[in-house]
Amino acid sequence: MVGPFAWFKWEALFRDWTVLAEGFKTTIMVAILSLALALILGIVFGVLGTSQWTLAKLVSRVYVEFIQNTPLVIQVFFLYHGLPHMGVMLPVFTVGVLGVGVYHGAYIAEVVRAGINSIHKGQMEAALSQGFSFWGAMRHVILPQASRVVIPPLTNQAVNLIKNTSVMAMVAGGDLMYRADSWSSDNLYYGPAYVVVGLLYLLLCLPLATLTRRFEGKTGVSA
Amino acid sequence: MIQLEGVNKHFGHLHVLKNIDLTVKSGEKLVVIGPSGSGKSTLIRCMNLLEKPSSGKVTVDGVEITAHKALVAKVRQSVAMVFQQFNLYPHKTVLENLTLAPILIKKVSQAEAAEAGLAYLERVGLKEKANVYPSQLSGGQQQRVAIARALAMRPKIMLFDEPTSALDPEMIQEVLDVMVDLAHEGITMVVVTHEMGFAKTVADRVIFMDDGQIVEENTPKCFFENPTHERTKSFLSRILR
Repeated sequence: MVGPFAWFKWEALFRDWTVLAEGFKTTIMVAILSLALALILGIVFGVLGTSQWTLAKLVSRVYVEFIQNTPLVIQVFFLYHGLPHMGVMLPVFTVGVLGVGVYHGAYIAEVVRAGINSIHKGQMEAALSQGFSFWGAMRHVILPQASRVVIPPLTNQAVNLIKNTSVMAMVAGGDLMYRADSWSSDNLYYGPAYVVVGLLYLLLCLPLATLTRRFEGKTGVSA
Repeated sequence: MIQLEGVNKHFGHLHVLKNIDLTVKSGEKLVVIGPSGSGKSTLIRCMNLLEKPSSGKVTVDGVEITAHKALVAKVRQSVAMVFQQFNLYPHKTVLENLTLAPILIKKVSQAEAAEAGLAYLERVGLKEKANVYPSQLSGGQQQRVAIARALAMRPKIMLFDEPTSALDPEMIQEVLDVMVDLAHEGITMVVVTHEMGFAKTVADRVIFMDDGQIVEENTPKCFFENPTHERTKSFLSRILR
């Protein structure tokens, strides 16, 4: 039988399994590092977005709107094709981490901002009145409370982030999607390659998505 | 101890505080009364700069906190505030509510802070609640914890912003008892309240605010028996039936 899913194509894929394994590893590494970056950016800009300081608010707003309203692909192309013209050559792995991290940082900033705004303003006042600095109050009083509210939307962001690392395929990023793409463009065995890669993304994302629902159930009871 | 000079506060078009001059002496118990919207909460919130005056000078414990780059957080360590809505930290146990700021800000050791915290809880009669969360307490109990939390910073000044206004009637007395007990110490107290009984028994001085101004100030005896101003009289007649 010769079709997109012919058996010999599967055999070829399983013979070359290390190709996908390498990509899987790269995807996980990029996902972890860009998630860390996105969290840092998200918390910093989310907090700035709630501050009284107009300039901080503006900076946060510009970052969020600019990133959310331009395609991730263009942002990654800019890092990969644009920056070298300004003398900045980034390894493609870094392009992935930076591109995906900065992109999701903007979404997480909005999640964090909404989480902080959901905490009664008396909490900040109580902490300030005790002598906490703004950041001290954020760290010890506001963010621990906001974190309970933001964990479900945050895991949702993590799922999206994992899937979006596949944008690296467009700049020869060595990630899972790219490996599947390049492997199958050599032999045209697209069917098995894309199915397996799809399942591997599912393997990464489904547990997180399940976790989200679990959290949602919990906060619903204890909020 | 606290000095306000020519303090004005605007919220947009609203002129909430109009050129307030006020001095609170060390150890004094000052009670602020007045109708809602008269500016009394804004006044007390200017004393720890939770509200920044639009103009004028506020000096607390020798530090002009309205000055540019004043170390406001430092001053606030010795100016505790008790809020109408308690504002306990819901993610912390009762004891942790008391020890959080002493440990993180005053760098007191964990053990020392816990020991002192338990002593303050005992003082407000809630030692056995040390390890529960605020949401498991009644309103009156929460406010007593809030007072203990304020005391745990060993403040020189205590500011009370309508501490009993959010409480069910049967819980007001337990909070007032704690406040009366406190008043017998040397601590400086400024209390915004509608509890006239408290004002009469505890205050060294009562000020009456209306429309952003201090209309009248006097000792509680003179204030309640011989109010001079028309607005004070009409307010008192409405509140004391």
